[in-house]
Amino acid sequence: MLELANIRKAFNQGRHNEYWALKGIDLAIPPARVSVLKGPSGSGKTTLLTILGCLARPTEGRVRLKGEDISGLPERFLTEIRRRSFGFIFQQFNLVRGLSAIDNIILPGYPTGTPRAQLLQRAEALLADMQLAHRRDAKVEWLSGGEQQRVAICRALINDPEILVADEPTANLDSRLSAEFLAILRRLAEAGRTVILTSHDPLVVESAVVDRVYSLRDGQLIDVRDVRRAAP
Amino acid sequence: MNRWIEKQRHLIDFTASSLARRKGKSLGLLVVYTLLVFVLASVSLYTHALRNEATRVLAGTPEIVLQRLIAGRHDLVPPGYVEKIGRMRGVQKIEGRLWGYYYDSVLKANYTFMVPADRNIAEGEITVGPALERSRGLAAGNGISFRAYSGELHTFIVTGVLAHESELVSADLVLMSEADFRRFFAYPEGHYTDIALWVANPQEVRNVGRKLIDALPDSRPILREEVLRTYASVFDWREGMMLALLSAAILAFGIFAWEKAAGLSAEEKREIGILKAIGWETGDVIAMKFWEGFLVSLLAFLLGYVAAYVHVFHFEFALFAPVLQGWAVLYPSFALTPRIDGVQVATLFVFTVLPYTAATLVPIWRAATTDPDTVMRS
Amino acid sequence: MIFQPAIIALLLAAGLSLAMLAAASPFAVQLIRHWDIGSGSERQLRLERLTYLFSMMMALVCGLQILSTLLFVFNADRMAVMFVGAMCAVGTLNANAYGFPALYAQLALFFLAAVWLAINRLDNQARDYPLTRLKYALLLVYAPLAALVLYLQFKHFIHLEADVITSCCGSMFSEAADTVASELGTMAPRRAIALFYTALGAAVLLALWHWRGAGRRAWGGLAVGASSVAAFFAALIGIVAFVSLYIYEHPNHHCPFCILKPEYGYQGYLLYVPLFTAAAAGLAAGVLTPFARRPSLATLAPRASARLAGIAAAGFALFAAIASVMVLRSNLILIA
Ligand SMILES: Nc1ncnc2c1ncn2[C@@H]1O[C@H](COP(=O)(O)OP(=O)(O)OP(=O)(O)O)[C@@H](O)[C@H]1O
Ligand SMILES: [Mg+2]
Repeated sequence: MLELANIRKAFNQGRHNEYWALKGIDLAIPPARVSVLKGPSGSGKTTLLTILGCLARPTEGRVRLKGEDISGLPERFLTEIRRRSFGFIFQQFNLVRGLSAIDNIILPGYPTGTPRAQLLQRAEALLADMQLAHRRDAKVEWLSGGEQQRVAICRALINDPEILVADEPTANLDSRLSAEFLAILRRLAEAGRTVILTSHDPLVVESAVVDRVYSLRDGQLIDVRDVRRAAP
Repeated sequence: MNRWIEKQRHLIDFTASSLARRKGKSLGLLVVYTLLVFVLASVSLYTHALRNEATRVLAGTPEIVLQRLIAGRHDLVPPGYVEKIGRMRGVQKIEGRLWGYYYDSVLKANYTFMVPADRNIAEGEITVGPALERSRGLAAGNGISFRAYSGELHTFIVTGVLAHESELVSADLVLMSEADFRRFFAYPEGHYTDIALWVANPQEVRNVGRKLIDALPDSRPILREEVLRTYASVFDWREGMMLALLSAAILAFGIFAWEKAAGLSAEEKREIGILKAIGWETGDVIAMKFWEGFLVSLLAFLLGYVAAYVHVFHFEFALFAPVLQGWAVLYPSFALTPRIDGVQVATLFVFTVLPYTAATLVPIWRAATTDPDTVMRS
Repeated sequence: MIFQPAIIALLLAAGLSLAMLAAASPFAVQLIRHWDIGSGSERQLRLERLTYLFSMMMALVCGLQILSTLLFVFNADRMAVMFVGAMCAVGTLNANAYGFPALYAQLALFFLAAVWLAINRLDNQARDYPLTRLKYALLLVYAPLAALVLYLQFKHFIHLEADVITSCCGSMFSEAADTVASELGTMAPRRAIALFYTALGAAVLLALWHWRGAGRRAWGGLAVGASSVAAFFAALIGIVAFVSLYIYEHPNHHCPFCILKPEYGYQGYLLYVPLFTAAAAGLAAGVLTPFARRPSLATLAPRASARLAGIAAAGFALFAAIASVMVLRSNLILIA
């Protein structure tokens, strides 16, 4: 599905504070599974996730999506692929304040030029699926943490991506909400979507929902473990 | 194509709603922007209207006016001059004209007394301009007396009032018959104030002028095109001066716009970061910001221009009249004929929208090229 | 020097174009030297970000050229009262030796900026941005041209003296003068009409054919480019030689500028807008064709070229139709 070959990423390249956050990573993400990147703070999880999710380009190395090399693509094309194939959920949810839940959800659909009516229809279906239909027109800043998270999930799914990427998605949730969230991820994976998340929350890493765990340290992959082998 | 249009609609939607979400900031910008357009457009519309008025007035006047000079001063044209010019090639019509000024000590105002060539006025009657109608409360049928410079009192019956639309020329006019005119001013028989010549072909005007000087060396031909040119350059010069002074304002505006755009609030930066992270491309953000600039500029331009139009043509330039004393008291009350012209609008556009666009270009680009992964690192 | 708001505005616009291009030049040099699409280095990422800024600037320059060309002609027309013998823009432009060159330089910059935008659009569609170096090399050429525009305009305006005796459209296109313009003016209407319709017809047909063929044949694109340029000049000749006569309903009034005036109902815009659009599109269609040789543009370049050819065909056809309607509606009888 998604393969990385010898990925290296530098920050402040060529300057005195040059820092290599990733030092040669090779991995392959399996389709329709939940994969977790874990590791201590500063080990490069988020950096690796941005490269997996086409948010950033690696300084060196190759990224292949369904066999196609996309590592050298300029932002214009990378974004196009990202829009089509990836949905994102962030730690702070990153919803646009002042807009209603539904308006937030359809934002990723704007650049695709999909007619508004169609976007709204899709968003309503997603909201209903998350039991949020009654909060459709509420401003996002009035929603509870769990509701915000579910709105963020709806937004990640609006363009119907194959891969869902989440950075520390449970950091702002209590354990009950975290468990609910993981259940939703399971459901999505079983529906055929690939899910990739980062976390150092044992609740997530050791959850029954997770199929594979990648352990990172100092920008290097030290361990890959398949923890569950359920049929998708 | 459909997708493209749909996308632009989304972007416009989004930018309109984000302007509405930041009311304070958007309104501040809009007010300053509108004010700038308003001030520039007022000055520009006013000078143009004045110039048009002058041009229109001149359009009805003869191509050449011949004055007689004595010791370099304007004097009466003695008898025989009109005949002496006689038939000259290219001259359509020659006419001796009678006009003069009269000081009305009641109102402490100057009137222009004139014998019209294009209408007959019976002896003892006059036709007056709108200014007189107003200030002395005259209407058709009323009688009015003027004390001539000789001391005699002359009484006339008002039989008509001139049309209002071009008060610039007709405001202070008093039209009367030739006999009355000569009697009132004790004007010597056969003399004229000046001679008007109509020339059909504009290319001939200069030749005719030259021949007139040859034939009558003590006279001075005044060509209409020269007057027109002088007018044009005087008005342009004044407008140019005004605008140059105002360019300081434009500069300030440019800096203001830069600040507004560069000083994107933390909230706005966060928003753009989110948009980029969820799949908006740099070009999409730029397009969105372009629409924002377009909407703001369009609104400010329209509001400012319409306000200026109302200001100039309905409130007679009241706000700036005191600043521009020299022009404003020249013609105390006359409605300018509304007119909009392309050069003027394009010029205004360059003076207002261009600085805004140029000033916001780099800040927009900066914001739009935010790395999509920045939101993950807050 | 005549101190006028429109003149200040024009100089401002030209100055801004130049300032933007000049400011971009050092970065363009950097881009040409260090561009490496395969690299993920931070410098490359920065350079890629810069290209967005340059595209914005070029779009602004192009828009500015359109606006300021209009304003330039407009203003020249209005200033005509200041010069003896001037009746319209031609008189003002003829008031010194810089007027017409300034106009031509402006038009050249407009066409070049339009071509640049077309190349840019094509380049942005290919995943490896194959034309980037070329684009920024071109940008380096444009800066001096922008400087020339500013210089010529400045010279033109500073040397404008009221009361200068100038020659206007009446004499410029008359038999007495011995210039290209006068030759056009005195060209037999039949010949001018033949030239006009032949060139435009050829351009329309070639462009249509190229469009229908999805731009597959390279020489077709080149032919569209060449015929568009030819048609553009033929169209201008036609306007001077006979279309304007029909509009003015006067057998000797050959001016290509007076038709823009309100007295003639701004009919000139109806002619010039499609004409310039078509000429720019046709020219770009020709310029883009050779790029089909690059592997990543093999399908993109012909498609873009065909699209532009379609626009050119529509523009020229519209122009010819409008001109014909104007001729047919006129009361002037030039050819018995
Ligand atoms: N833009 C940047 N400039 C400089 N250094 C950076 C940048 N982004 C990340 N880093 C560095 O790269 C290293 C890896 O960062 P990353 O965010 O990937 O870690 P992480 O594993 O996600 O940590 P955490 O668990 O705290 O979120 C860190 O040392 C960080 O300081
Ligand atoms: Mg992290």
